[in-house]
Amino acid sequence: MNGFLHELGKAPLTAKFGVVVVLLYILVALFAPLLAPFGESEVVGWEYQPWTTENWLGTDSLGRDMATRMIYGARNTIGIALLTTIIAFVVGSTAGFFAAVLQGWVDQLLSRAVDVVISIPTLIFALLLLTIFGASVTSLIGVIALIYATFVYRIARAVAMGIVVMDYVEAAQVRGEGLWWIMRKEILPNAAPPLVAEFGLRFCFVFLTISGLSFLGLGIQPPAADWGSMVRENASLITFGDLTPLIPAAAIGLLTVAVNFIVDWMLHKASGLKT
Amino acid sequence: MTETQSPLLRVENLQIEGLSEDRWKTIVKGVDLTLGKGEVLGLIGESGAGKSTIGLGAMGYVRDGCRFSSGSVHFDGIELTGADRETRRNLRSTRIAYVAQSAAASFNPAFKLINQHTEFPVRRGVMSREDAQKDAIDLYRQLQLPNPEEIGFRYPHQVSGGQLQRAMTAMAMACRPDLIIFDEPTTALDVTTQIEVLSAIRNIVEEFGTSAIYITHDLAVVAQMADRIMVLRHGAEVESADTATMLNAPQQDYTKSLWAVRSFKAAAKPAVAEGQVPVVSLRNVTAQYPGMSKPVLNDVSIDFHAGRTVAVVGESGSGKSTTARSLMGLLPPVSGNMVLNGAALAPEFRKRSKAELQAVQMIYQMADTALNPKQRIRDIIGRPMTYYRGLKGKQLTEEIRALLRDIELEPDQFINRLPSELSGGQKQRIGIARALAASPRLVICDEVTSALDQLVAEGILRLLDKLQREHDLAYMFITHDISTVRAIADEVVVMQHGRIVEQGAKAQIFTPPHAPYTDLLLSSVPEMDPGWLDRVLAERVAQSA
Amino acid sequence: MHHLLRLFVQRLALGLLTLFVVSLVIFLSIELLPGDVAQQVLGQSATPENLAAFRRELGLDQPAHTRYLAWFGGFLQGDLGNSLISGLPIWDLISERLYNTFFLAGFAALISVPLAVLLGVVSALYRETLLDKSINVATLTAISVPEFFVGYILVWLFAVEFALFPSIANLSEDASLGDRIYRTFLPALTLTLIVTAHMMRMTRASLINLLALPYIEMAQLKGASQRRLIVIHALPNAIAPIVTVIAINLAYLIVGVVIVEVVFVYPGMGQLLVDSVAKRDFTVVQTACLLFAATYILFNLASDLISIASNPRLLHRK
Repeated sequence: MNGFLHELGKAPLTAKFGVVVVLLYILVALFAPLLAPFGESEVVGWEYQPWTTENWLGTDSLGRDMATRMIYGARNTIGIALLTTIIAFVVGSTAGFFAAVLQGWVDQLLSRAVDVVISIPTLIFALLLLTIFGASVTSLIGVIALIYATFVYRIARAVAMGIVVMDYVEAAQVRGEGLWWIMRKEILPNAAPPLVAEFGLRFCFVFLTISGLSFLGLGIQPPAADWGSMVRENASLITFGDLTPLIPAAAIGLLTVAVNFIVDWMLHKASGLKT
Repeated sequence: MTETQSPLLRVENLQIEGLSEDRWKTIVKGVDLTLGKGEVLGLIGESGAGKSTIGLGAMGYVRDGCRFSSGSVHFDGIELTGADRETRRNLRSTRIAYVAQSAAASFNPAFKLINQHTEFPVRRGVMSREDAQKDAIDLYRQLQLPNPEEIGFRYPHQVSGGQLQRAMTAMAMACRPDLIIFDEPTTALDVTTQIEVLSAIRNIVEEFGTSAIYITHDLAVVAQMADRIMVLRHGAEVESADTATMLNAPQQDYTKSLWAVRSFKAAAKPAVAEGQVPVVSLRNVTAQYPGMSKPVLNDVSIDFHAGRTVAVVGESGSGKSTTARSLMGLLPPVSGNMVLNGAALAPEFRKRSKAELQAVQMIYQMADTALNPKQRIRDIIGRPMTYYRGLKGKQLTEEIRALLRDIELEPDQFINRLPSELSGGQKQRIGIARALAASPRLVICDEVTSALDQLVAEGILRLLDKLQREHDLAYMFITHDISTVRAIADEVVVMQHGRIVEQGAKAQIFTPPHAPYTDLLLSSVPEMDPGWLDRVLAERVAQSA
Repeated sequence: MHHLLRLFVQRLALGLLTLFVVSLVIFLSIELLPGDVAQQVLGQSATPENLAAFRRELGLDQPAHTRYLAWFGGFLQGDLGNSLISGLPIWDLISERLYNTFFLAGFAALISVPLAVLLGVVSALYRETLLDKSINVATLTAISVPEFFVGYILVWLFAVEFALFPSIANLSEDASLGDRIYRTFLPALTLTLIVTAHMMRMTRASLINLLALPYIEMAQLKGASQRRLIVIHALPNAIAPIVTVIAINLAYLIVGVVIVEVVFVYPGMGQLLVDSVAKRDFTVVQTACLLFAATYILFNLASDLISIASNPRLLHRK
């Protein structure tokens, strides 16, 4: 931890900004019930009330407190995106490592299957699957995790391929080590650093895709507070010159920018150490 | 060839800094050099000596992430480190040219060779396109490229490495510059190709009276090419003198140690007793990669005896490393068989028993890729002990420590380190320790010293020799370096195109008459004698006449 | 040229195969549903007539491969089947919208592709300068915010504050080209901003990769100017990576189209797709997905063919 703080001290301003923003979001998401002035779907007044000291950001199309929904939204939107990304990474990188180590038909089978999924644009495939499974949080997580697992698979496979050709993996293979040892002791520790940076990037994509689907009314379902659907529900205010409905969208953007800044810094450090 | 008038190039107190981990570090620490017209200066040093950086600096060029921090470079009266871009750019090609280490990577893949050749003569108005093309063909002819009229109209990927290197020399000559920087131009080539490129470069440089800076890590090469030699270490000059003086009477200890490297010779061993069973035998092994039409190994038979070293020599593509892969069970033979202690050895490693796997161990060329960067020395060496010999706990630690002492690394200091905390030579020692940890019978050493600086390589050879005597190990020593073979081999196997050309005891192989290929190979290895290149070329002319 | 032709044919066959497999996936995905498909899709409140219509429309009484052949065969002949919900022929639903969507996407692509490549080259040329760094921050922000955010900001700015363009891009069928451009301006601008940012960053990255290669340093050491370095020495080798970047970004364009159409209530395929997903109008969703996927696959195919044709190693063999 001290090492990290020391590194962070030397990091560029953008990375520091990113870390602060991400920490802030995590705090808000964790302590949402303590921070929020009202209940998540509690109706507190008329529709579209302006900003007041009581309703900091006014009320939404159903008369719920915007600020409260923003705070709970952090928890729902980020939580679901994070869970989805984690599932995608566990599934995708396990499959990718298997393909790289075993090669042959396992690799062919998995890679061709992934080729097919990737040849359909993400959002389109998500819409297709959501039609079948219906729009619910479980199917949303499952569908998006499946689609992004294919991207993770490709990256993890490529990273692992680069490691498999290393002599130390060959040395372990001809020593007689089993598949499990090679995956766990030889591949994983070396694949982890590039995959961590990739995790940040993929989280951003997952987060944006889920927000997009919620905006289309096909993602996180009401009455749960969620930033994407909040924009959709209150969008009509914009034509009256009121930008309040865009605050959730800006919150999405801010988090994505922050994560990107951190990823940039990590990638820069990784490439800088090589030379 | 010392000039009394002002020299062509005068570098004074040149300092260059490089950015590493957000900090500027000095990589060239105040170098002075002068170069007269028509003079060839050899820059020699081990990796990290700053040779290339100085060579490029002499052109007024620094790579991205580097900068001139002090000193000056005067080229024919023009100061380059402070000159504006335009001035420096206009000197390049026309007055200063560069020949890179890897011609294959340094030619643009999208254009024909001759168009890359004529680009700057035409742009700088030195000559018209037709004249430039005619001149290119003349230069190709002078550099003894095959089909000089036609070769320029090929793309880089259609031409071999040695030919590309000569084409790049021709390109450097295009505007008849005053100075050419040769940056390790033959390092990536096989010895039999190297000799052709060396003679071509030397002839043309003499012919046009071009000044040159010749950068290399190979003493024998620089002895042929340079009038004067400067020895560099850690970005600073160690000493410099004319070639003969430098070779015969070096002043500094570091230089002397470089010169002395080739002195090691393993003690001769008694001949193999009649009827002794080899530890491992290859019998008529032929191997082929799936999907390839021709076998990569053809009818290879070698016996490996306990306590003795078989050196397998050959150039790239000769099949020497493939032989090792077959032996390791990574490329199972399509015919022929392998024998371990008189019993058949399964062709594929997955089918081998633990004892069989344990018996044959390998040490790799690149210690960087051979050691898992995320494992500590304790685990790297300890794993084979646990896996093959079931060692655990205190006994394991004791054994690891004993082995570290064996390879001359202090256990307390090294046992918990990561590979990234070791020097190149230390990493190679850990590679050796990992092979020994299995208690093998045969150890395959695949070019184990070729990525190392000479002094370090010497230490590794001595260590291997000591370990062989202590553990009665059989070695298969794969190398392209003849001097290493002379140092360590008991038997020698010469390979070419996947076949054994000649094999036998060392003395027999190194005494004429040789097989023709062995002869070519042996005579192509540069020697420290400055007259070597002339002598060999003259001999070859005499023979062919 | 013989081997080049063979590579082309191979790649073309692979593209068609992919298209075929994707159509299979899209068609058969409905099989993933457990239990009675009709009931599952239409829900508990479905009337028996609806259920019967659904089964008849999808031919659920027949084996899957017969159904697939009938569907795909009809597709090739221009018979796209009928909507599950409204019963109207799908072709009537989409023909006008298909044109609108291609118009919008084409409009955006026409501006963003040249702009992105140009910006990518400029920032690679002046990398690590203030210009490059500001472009970096701007594009990073543009790709980090959701598409609908960009859309609404433009609505607020150009439709509300300055009232230059309409906030809703409704089109009459016989609108003139000028009117079309005027009405699609804001959605097209939204798409352009997003796609340009993605594309420009990738162009820059692939150029900078290229600039690290030894032959570029060689060109510098031969005395090439920065501009000559990029235009003469780097760009001919950058065709394949840049074309690949463009193809990848046409996928963003397709995804972006869906959301942007919803923001601007634009009568295109995206809007239709979203409505149909909400209504679980399965036949329409299948058709729309296949069309989007086919477009994307064809773009990738084209980009691969161009890459093959621009590779000197493949063009001029040993």
